[in-house]
Amino acid sequence: MSIQEIKNQEITSSQGADSAIEMITIIVDGFEVSVPKGTLVIRAAEKLGIQIPRFCDHPLLDPVGACRQCLVDIEINGRKFPKPQASCTIPVEPGMVVNTQLTSPVAEKAQKGVMELLLINHPLDCPVCDKGGECPLQNQAMSNGGGESRYEGVKRTFEKPINISSQVLLDRERCILCARCTRFSEQIAGDPFITLNERGALQQVGIYEKEPFQSYFSGNTVQICPVGALTGASYRFRARPFDLVSTPSACEHCASGCDMRVDVRRGKTLRRLAGDDSTVNEEWSCDKGRWAFKYEHRDRLTSPLIRNESGELVEASWPEALAHAAHGLSINRAAVLVGGRSTIEDAYGYSKFARIALNTNDIDFRSRTSSDEERNFLAALLLGKSVTYLDIDKADQVILLGFEPEEESPIIFLRIFKQVRKRGLKVSALAPFTSRGNEKLKATVIKNVGNEVEDISKFALTNRSVILVGERLAEVSGALTAALKLAEQSGAKLAWIPRRAGERGALEAGAIGNLLPGARQVADPKARQDIERAWGSGPLPTQTGLSTDQILDALHKGEIEALLVGGVDPGDISASAIDGLRKAFVVSLEIRNSAMSEVADVVLPVAAVVEKSGSFLDWQGRARKFEAAVTNSLHRSDVRILSILADEIGRPINLGTVEKAAKELASFGDGSSDQKSALASLSADQAKIKEPGKNQAILTSWRLLLDNGSLQEHEPNLAGTAHPCVAVISDDRANRLGVVDGDLIKISNSNGEIILPLQIGDIDPRAIWIPRNSENSRPLLALKSATHSLVSVVKA
Amino acid sequence: MNTLTPVLSAFWDQKDSFTMEGYKRNGGYLALAKALAMDPDKIIEEVKESGLRGRGGAGFPTGMKWGFIPQGDQKDHYLVVNADESEPGTCKDTPLLMANPHVLIEGVIIASYAIRANHAFIYIRGEVTHVVRRVQQAIEDAYSAGLLGKNILGKGFDLELVLHVGAGAYICGEETALLDSLEGFRGQPRLRPPFPAIAGLYARPTVVNNVESIASVPSIIANGAQWFASMGTEKSKGFTLYSLSGHITNPGQFEAPLGITLRELIDMAGGVRAGHKLKFWTPGGSSTPMFTDAHLDVPLDYEGVAAAGSMLGTKALQIFDETTCVVRAVLRWTEFYKHESCGKCTPCREGTWWLVQALKNLENGQGAPEDLEKLLDICDNIMGRSFCALADGAASPIISSLQYFRDEYLEHLKNGGCPFDPAASTIFATAGLR
Repeated sequence: MSIQEIKNQEITSSQGADSAIEMITIIVDGFEVSVPKGTLVIRAAEKLGIQIPRFCDHPLLDPVGACRQCLVDIEINGRKFPKPQASCTIPVEPGMVVNTQLTSPVAEKAQKGVMELLLINHPLDCPVCDKGGECPLQNQAMSNGGGESRYEGVKRTFEKPINISSQVLLDRERCILCARCTRFSEQIAGDPFITLNERGALQQVGIYEKEPFQSYFSGNTVQICPVGALTGASYRFRARPFDLVSTPSACEHCASGCDMRVDVRRGKTLRRLAGDDSTVNEEWSCDKGRWAFKYEHRDRLTSPLIRNESGELVEASWPEALAHAAHGLSINRAAVLVGGRSTIEDAYGYSKFARIALNTNDIDFRSRTSSDEERNFLAALLLGKSVTYLDIDKADQVILLGFEPEEESPIIFLRIFKQVRKRGLKVSALAPFTSRGNEKLKATVIKNVGNEVEDISKFALTNRSVILVGERLAEVSGALTAALKLAEQSGAKLAWIPRRAGERGALEAGAIGNLLPGARQVADPKARQDIERAWGSGPLPTQTGLSTDQILDALHKGEIEALLVGGVDPGDISASAIDGLRKAFVVSLEIRNSAMSEVADVVLPVAAVVEKSGSFLDWQGRARKFEAAVTNSLHRSDVRILSILADEIGRPINLGTVEKAAKELASFGDGSSDQKSALASLSADQAKIKEPGKNQAILTSWRLLLDNGSLQEHEPNLAGTAHPCVAVISDDRANRLGVVDGDLIKISNSNGEIILPLQIGDIDPRAIWIPRNSENSRPLLALKSATHSLVSVVKA
Repeated sequence: MNTLTPVLSAFWDQKDSFTMEGYKRNGGYLALAKALAMDPDKIIEEVKESGLRGRGGAGFPTGMKWGFIPQGDQKDHYLVVNADESEPGTCKDTPLLMANPHVLIEGVIIASYAIRANHAFIYIRGEVTHVVRRVQQAIEDAYSAGLLGKNILGKGFDLELVLHVGAGAYICGEETALLDSLEGFRGQPRLRPPFPAIAGLYARPTVVNNVESIASVPSIIANGAQWFASMGTEKSKGFTLYSLSGHITNPGQFEAPLGITLRELIDMAGGVRAGHKLKFWTPGGSSTPMFTDAHLDVPLDYEGVAAAGSMLGTKALQIFDETTCVVRAVLRWTEFYKHESCGKCTPCREGTWWLVQALKNLENGQGAPEDLEKLLDICDNIMGRSFCALADGAASPIISSLQYFRDEYLEHLKNGGCPFDPAASTIFATAGLR
């Protein structure tokens, strides 16, 4: 345990959970200010609007006092410190009088002196530096520095730049050694892959030569670097900050709900930065959220396509394509698959379109492995209390079920890690093996593939505990029921964390067969009446709709002949999904050419996130609203296209704009309050897995954060920091097979095989783990199973 | 008139002074037996009463430091001995450890017993391999004699003593950087608070003491606080090692009561190099502001030296006669500080880089008289602005040399180079060469 951890724990324990905050009043530059005990002088001054210049100081990092830029004069009860003090390291005390550069000539000279020293070795390459124009060093040298340098000596130089990973470049001569990046990596991300080495003026940020900066959060170091020392490979030399138009946005990559900033020049995104929301992502984002956006401007569909008589997709006019689509959808029995990436407004469009234009409840947003148990679980979940990041902050323990936070919702990982570091938060995980993420969380990992349901009931929780359920828990029959039961019995809070950004919103918009908008049950006549009245429609379909799997089954059997899809990759559902789709009349709303285009009869191009407004509901159920960053796009949001298509069918849904959809959806309110618990309806047979025989293993997998996901395409620098694609097996199994780390093994069943290098890990000895959607490892396609089935494992 | 008071150095002239046998023959480890029969708090009290102050340079009262360790806190406590003696001119701990390592070990056991530590560490400078070997052997001998390890002298006190060899960094003499280094990290000073007494080594309560401070403890226990306090001056009590080096006839260690003057010490050392006269000197190593022949009668105790504008420091009295170019001497020291700056904070890292270049120009006679003001101003921007005291030490010789020898700097500029013959100041120079 480091000193800082001890200090943090002492501070946390002295504050207590709910004790009143003690306020301390100090005087800064003649003005009184009251701040909570423990506040640093530099931040007390900020409250008065007094900006003390600083570099190493960062409100979310432990103080270090390295740059010495924030020196001020301090006296306590008339006793003056003999020399100026670093205001970023000193907490306020009663009777403290602070004189900053504004009122103390000594502080002003000290700051000017430090600034001059910082600049003696700093190159004057601002005109070609990415940071020029938004650089804290440049800005503060102007506001708090001397006009000219008296330095006439030789500047320190280094070979430049060096790659500390495929996506982060380091120009050492620009570095002012504030240690923000190294402290971030250690304290926030738990990835101390970079550190300061050497000493004196030759001190520099460096990596261990065998371990590059392979962190999912490395981009944050580029953002918080107060000079241009760390730059992103994809953005380097691409733009000047003053040519960019910045728009607040929300991240479309996962359900964490990050606030983002999108910087656009002439209709093209050039970079994205983490936005600032203390209740969600604080000031951080993961590298996927930051750097995976090239999909916006590669392989885009620009015109509608229709399949002609010879079976080729050809460009068509909008009226022609819409007429063709409307015809095909109205003469056949049709269903809707939404995908998990829609905004809540778009999902609402699909939901209403299904009920009114297609007169069906056959709609599902889950383009992945799913179950009926899950559908009922989700309906029940909407009746429960919402869970937030703040609940994690206050939790006495966190239980991870079918959820790998670092890979599947990285900002939740950061939040848990923060509490683990700060106060030793207890984390337990039900998982096949101890992943690196779980190691960092010091999690107790219960490794027992196949008996998850029994294990879930064994957790001892309190009403301050938080259970985080990942979407993968639906893959174990009975597990979601057990989790809900555990929460009910212990009073613990339960949250469901889908992997995709749109699933939670789609659930609330009713883009699922058992629910109408606002968490109303399809089966409830009163709920249907509510919606009929609001929509001014005739009677809504009464039968609970089919799920994704059932819809695909019906397509195979010819019971459903038409399908409207929005952003679905059939390969995410099953290996055979594409065959069912071939038989049907498919209308696909897509931003880019995709596997779905191959089988679609009509393809209608729609806007990407950057080109439209809308909102995602994050895992907390909190709306993350965003406006279009590219304002002159010719693309339109799904909901607008759907509205026109419904008009064409002759059953209008009247959702011409995103704003209209948002307003209408909001007017429903929460319909869950007048319903009884859906828990009663929840039951499932417990899964039974045969014990693996010799050379057999139970297959398990999940998606890595950086993998073959289609939104990450065309970003090789980002892909360069993906975790290695390996199969994890136990020490025992490796000995039996006579293999060592790095050897190739073959994982196979009657459907096919996957060959991967192996890594020995702390895994249930009966199990094997492989990535779910990485190069050379796509088990759903190769083995027709992603998890919980028996595979043979042999040396390749 | 002061006389020498050899205690630590009393038996250095005996051939086997460094062995267990030699040490015991001269009364070694008797204080330990006495101490282990005492209440630990009584030992702390005794050391407090003696008035012993830290001999590592800052002069903080040793007993008070021990008293800061929270007792009854159910945590491990540690004693760490700072033997990372690296200051230019400072050379007291190395000969002490060479000639009498057991006095340190005895002091370590007593101090550990007093602060209730069962683990002690000696962090020793890595370059002094011969001393490392000698201390290592002494520790092994102490273990064999039952003076370290379990149940010492059958009194139920356990102590493990580890000798840790540093990798050669001046900054590791700073106590918190030392602790980082001892923990296996790169040595850089830590933010305080928390102070080591609360969260030191491995975040546990820790006392960090200089070699000489700890080595003085056995004599205090053996002879009593009053005996110790009877030597020295009112606020600087006891005896200490003064290290004379440079242009002096008989350089070496002079153990004397605090408050002795350089004039007395020079007399005892046979005078300044024959045929020459004193030009400037450091009272406590190169980081303490220098003195001149005007300061020969300054009492060399903590208060006396401070009143004259410098610091007693490590009592490393480097004597420079009139053949020495002060600019050259200061440049050499500054180069040392630049090389040893850890790089953590801006004023030290960048400041020492700049100072070396500025001084080189002055030594070569380049520049204008205004550059001296600039040099002073740079020092002013470094002094008291950095994270630890290293940079203060780097600025001190420059500021003090400009105070006393500004004309000599100006002469370099007028002369277009150094007016001195560097060979004349060497130890092998013929007397009077100029």
